[in-house]
Amino acid sequence: MSHKHAVRNAITSVVMAGSIATAAADETSIRLTEGPGLPQVQASCSMCHSLDYILMNSPFQDKAAWEKTVNKMVKVMGAPLTAEDIATVVGYLDSHYGKEPAPASP
Amino acid sequence: MDRRKFILGSTSAMTGGLLLPGILGAASGEALPAGAVASGILDALPGKQPLIKRSFRPPNYETPVSLYRHAFTPNDAFYVRWHTGVPEITRAAWRLRISGPGVKSEREFTYDTIRRKFKMTEVAAVNQCSGNRRGLFSPHVPGVQWGYGAMGNAVWRGVRLKDVLEDAGLAAGALEVIGNGADAPTLTGPDFVKSLPMWKALDPDTLIAFEMNGEPLPKWNGAPARLVAPGWTATYWIKAVADLTVTDKPFDGFWMKTAYRVPKGMFGASGFESQDTEQNSPITAIKVNSLVVDPAPGAVLERGRRIDVLGIAWDGGSGIRDVEVSLDGGSTWRNARLERDLGRYSWRQWRYAIKPGQAGAMTLMARAHARDGSTQTDTLVHNPAGYHHNVVQKVDYHVA
Repeated sequence: MSHKHAVRNAITSVVMAGSIATAAADETSIRLTEGPGLPQVQASCSMCHSLDYILMNSPFQDKAAWEKTVNKMVKVMGAPLTAEDIATVVGYLDSHYGKEPAPASP
Repeated sequence: MDRRKFILGSTSAMTGGLLLPGILGAASGEALPAGAVASGILDALPGKQPLIKRSFRPPNYETPVSLYRHAFTPNDAFYVRWHTGVPEITRAAWRLRISGPGVKSEREFTYDTIRRKFKMTEVAAVNQCSGNRRGLFSPHVPGVQWGYGAMGNAVWRGVRLKDVLEDAGLAAGALEVIGNGADAPTLTGPDFVKSLPMWKALDPDTLIAFEMNGEPLPKWNGAPARLVAPGWTATYWIKAVADLTVTDKPFDGFWMKTAYRVPKGMFGASGFESQDTEQNSPITAIKVNSLVVDPAPGAVLERGRRIDVLGIAWDGGSGIRDVEVSLDGGSTWRNARLERDLGRYSWRQWRYAIKPGQAGAMTLMARAHARDGSTQTDTLVHNPAGYHHNVVQKVDYHVA
């Protein structure tokens, strides 16, 4: 089973959590999928924007597309990430919010 | 202030994410990314009705299509779009500076002096985000995943940019007017700054506006003053405008040179030659478009009962010539009834009476024609940034 199925599960859990938690739907209510690299993603991305940008832009970006997005944040927007940080963030985004693999032909 | 929170998927008539595109007014075959559907909750910013939240920070909120029933979009229903944090500038603290090599003398105005010195005027105009409907692109492209609601129609009131520039005096060689708002980037990224060609800056309908729909601009929509560039996408309508620089060479900031571009020739001439390159052009005028407002897609219609379908149509300023409706998949088209003309930059409401005769599925298509001869496209003109989605809508109903 592909780990990318986690995206659908994550989306389902956001909807469920959202309909239960009625009071606190500011950006602190955004829950990203647990996984290696999540603390780095939270620290790096939320410097400038809420983490719903990640959810909103999923699951249609492959690893190259996420890499392009993260590099833009670093090179153009000035996010202070090391090469290692970038790899961690891209790896996390691809694993949990990456493009669904095309269905295998029978 | 408590902010009221709603989850679209939890309201009584809906049972989950799958029905959301219908609520948002999506036509058949078009859908937002699953993640955008899940995170697009209804949320009320202070002073606003509940709008569809695309991102909390910076605040990007779109208007639900059901709120487009009015000729003019109420200020508290008007969409919100920021690249950075929202500046809080009081009228007392606000200043507008005019400078640069393209003016003979510099000027600085306060909220009172600019309003006293220049004649106030009004224009009715659609304000539409360049990326409106980006979320419906197939394949999807990254960016704010807007549905149909990154736009609104309002009466904008203020002074003519032309009068203010002529007061400073234009020097020979004046080429572009660069507008900068009071917002600032979080880190070291490029400040959100945009330029207009002189002809557009000197158009008598281009304003420095203080009011929309008879009330001061909400801070979410650019208080105390914003540029209004009727017919052009909202990227040029600089909010909380603070500085105008008249330049004698093309402005090369990131948001002009790199962002907000379309492939050269894909959508016709830009009208902004000093910003064209061999490869691409700045996005400029809004393309002709229409939207079905009521009944909402997915609605159940009563068989044999006559109802009026309500829609809107708009373009980049030539005005709407007619709107056609098809109930047979595009084989035959009949004209809708146009409501009052509120000005060439305003949207035009239209109505079309239907009386469903047969139970089952029914699809309505609507297509607007502008006075300049342009019409909507049958298929998406895909482009990397997700601009100019004006595909003819196909709205599915169920007759019972």
